[in-house]
Amino acid sequence: MDQELDRNEIERLYNLKAKERMQIERQPMPEQEPDVRRANFSEVPFGYFPMAAIVEANRCIQCKKPTCVIGCPVGVNIPGFVRRIAEGDFEGAIHVIKETNMLPAICGRVCPQEQQCEEACVLAKKGQAVAIGRLERFAADWEREHGLADVPPIGSDTGKSVGVVGSGPAGLTVAIDLRRAGHAVTIYEALHLPGGVLMYGIPEFRLPKAIVNAEVDVVQQMGVDIEYNTIIGQIETVDELLDRHDAVFLGTGAGLPWFMDLPGENLCGVYSANEYLTRCNLMRAYDFPNYDTPIAASERIAVVGGGNVAMDVARTAVRLGAEEVYLIYRRSEAEMPARLEEIHHAKQEGVILKLLHNPVRYIGDEEGRVCQVECVRMELGEPDASGRRRPVVVEGSEHTIDVDTVVVAIGNGPNPLVPRTTDNLEVDPKRGTVVTNMNTMRTSKRGVFAGGDIAVGAATVILAMGHGRQAARSINHFLATGVWDIDELPEAFRENGAG
Amino acid sequence: MNEILENVVLADSVNRYLVAAPKIAARRKAGQFVIVRIDEFGERIPLTIADADPAQGTITLVVQAVGKSTAQMATLKPGDRLLDVVGPLGAPTHIERVGTVAVVAGGIGIAPAHPVAQAFKQAGNTVIAILGARSKNLLIMEDEMRRAADEVIVCTDDGSYGCPGLVTHVLNDLIDTRGKPDQVFAVGPVPMMKYVSLLTREYGIPTMVSLNPIMMDGTGMCGGCRVTIGGHTKFACVEGPDFDGHLVDFDELMQRQAFYKEQERVAYERYVQRCRSQEHIAQANQSL
Repeated sequence: MDQELDRNEIERLYNLKAKERMQIERQPMPEQEPDVRRANFSEVPFGYFPMAAIVEANRCIQCKKPTCVIGCPVGVNIPGFVRRIAEGDFEGAIHVIKETNMLPAICGRVCPQEQQCEEACVLAKKGQAVAIGRLERFAADWEREHGLADVPPIGSDTGKSVGVVGSGPAGLTVAIDLRRAGHAVTIYEALHLPGGVLMYGIPEFRLPKAIVNAEVDVVQQMGVDIEYNTIIGQIETVDELLDRHDAVFLGTGAGLPWFMDLPGENLCGVYSANEYLTRCNLMRAYDFPNYDTPIAASERIAVVGGGNVAMDVARTAVRLGAEEVYLIYRRSEAEMPARLEEIHHAKQEGVILKLLHNPVRYIGDEEGRVCQVECVRMELGEPDASGRRRPVVVEGSEHTIDVDTVVVAIGNGPNPLVPRTTDNLEVDPKRGTVVTNMNTMRTSKRGVFAGGDIAVGAATVILAMGHGRQAARSINHFLATGVWDIDELPEAFRENGAG
Repeated sequence: MNEILENVVLADSVNRYLVAAPKIAARRKAGQFVIVRIDEFGERIPLTIADADPAQGTITLVVQAVGKSTAQMATLKPGDRLLDVVGPLGAPTHIERVGTVAVVAGGIGIAPAHPVAQAFKQAGNTVIAILGARSKNLLIMEDEMRRAADEVIVCTDDGSYGCPGLVTHVLNDLIDTRGKPDQVFAVGPVPMMKYVSLLTREYGIPTMVSLNPIMMDGTGMCGGCRVTIGGHTKFACVEGPDFDGHLVDFDELMQRQAFYKEQERVAYERYVQRCRSQEHIAQANQSL
């Protein structure tokens, strides 16, 4: 590997002055052309080549007080790993990352860096931030492709055991950290594959499933046991888990799709984003009939929503062969919650944005299949509680769009299966979330911790991982001391946590 | 786990499977179901648990081959394993002592009706089972139902066995001649459940039906199993599968069940074609 690198160039870059570093252009990441990728499910970006990664890493001016680290929910030592990439020491870089983040190949791909580390980058204020996410991804991919992914050291057996409900980003993170501390860990997963939303929700072209599998393999090599097809709340209750585990972590996610309660919403061909994506990602309906699970063969599809999930659905529909893919969003593009990169990719791939539009009902044919969506146009009024301008219906603007499929991607609530079946577990009556102390990640039930979407409602992968990390610290403390009363906890848990 | 211990043909294209699933066997209650995946290419198939033996650690599934996956399942032999079996899913059937319960079951629905009849009987009710089949050779589990219920009335569409006619006729006669049962539980083809519910609504008899919409994860995560109950959307996988028959939008359910019929046809024909070519290869190899 080292032979490929231009040592002279590395040395020249290494000796640059801060001012000179700031002159280097942000390195683009090569990606599939839109016309090509419209017809395949392969990952869109190819990732950096080594020299591009080194050049990009040299843009970092190694701030004394790195604000990027504060922007990271798990506090990765960003200047540390970027410096090692700049030196051509890729193995050193991944070791630095893995001190705090065991799932970097995933984070490097799906974190909203532009709202986190990269937003906080000093260079962002003067132009373009260091491409921290791309560099993280580069280091993780380099390690995996070179077969160097080590199993982290496991602490000596504590004799304690923890049950983790759900193998999504929160559950995997808590499992890794607890196992490292020497506890026995069993993950209970409802589906037949690990990863939660990483597997069923995020499409292959954004997060290849081989990468999720590789990261989960390491977790299993650490000795974490994963029991698939095990739906807690049905086959066993949380109380029963507490009979054989010393603590339980709930990371059951936001598995409850929201609908808008519109007329015609139960017509054939109207999907939740969860169903559409799960059919395609988890069940591989894009490869029907080689795989048995079918999905609508859409020609004209409307996706309702403006978040990342809506973009994932729209771009999936493009790849499934839909001729027209409309994205119906009630505000303007500026208010879209999706990442800029996702909106950009969607537009490149031919997704038609129907901005300032809102569906009011779905119209079906004689077989009960959706054939039209009736929309109204919206205009932006005064800012609402979220600070975004409130969309207001334009009177008399009703019109219909011909479609054969609709996917509702307006968000998810917490899955109620565990809250409903667990005694003495306080649940937020309005939001359905498990009431969780964000410093200790404790719930109202002794020995039970929670994190990720079940604790806060739909959020991000990295936030869930941050919760997992914080919960592991808190669980370690609980297992060591048996202290549950919050007043007896050390200062660190009563003040500011990573959550 | 998930090993098939028995695969017995009960009637034309209807098989009974005994599957090793100790945890599910110990846990399940009448009315609950499992989701099965045969192999890594397989879809997730929801199947009602027809019976369970906690001591032996087995569950019984009765499955009619209606498409690719269920036809493939019929070829499995004792010793084969199902790749995934997850459950028990759904809420158990609400069982209480009400007096007389008519358990009305049609076709393959007799299998899921069996544990429900047992449970009602055990709760102290008088259970009258009305079993319908298109023809005598399609009638399943008559003996088991006779053991579970106080009384069994069989009818066939073509009159080849029992009373000629539909279960709704039998139920109507029962009400006319012997008075209203205190409750009706109906499970079977959607049109059957619809007409049973229409009939019992006229008489004001509380009626539960067990719905079988298209389903995927079984945890309430996908919403594919949406049904309209009294104008409100419910997820059958977690809020059902049992609902008040007088409130169910059966027509919508029928349409939603038929949504993938074209893809199902493609998958089935492709499967049959492949089986045939494999048979040809096997025959050719034998003759060599």
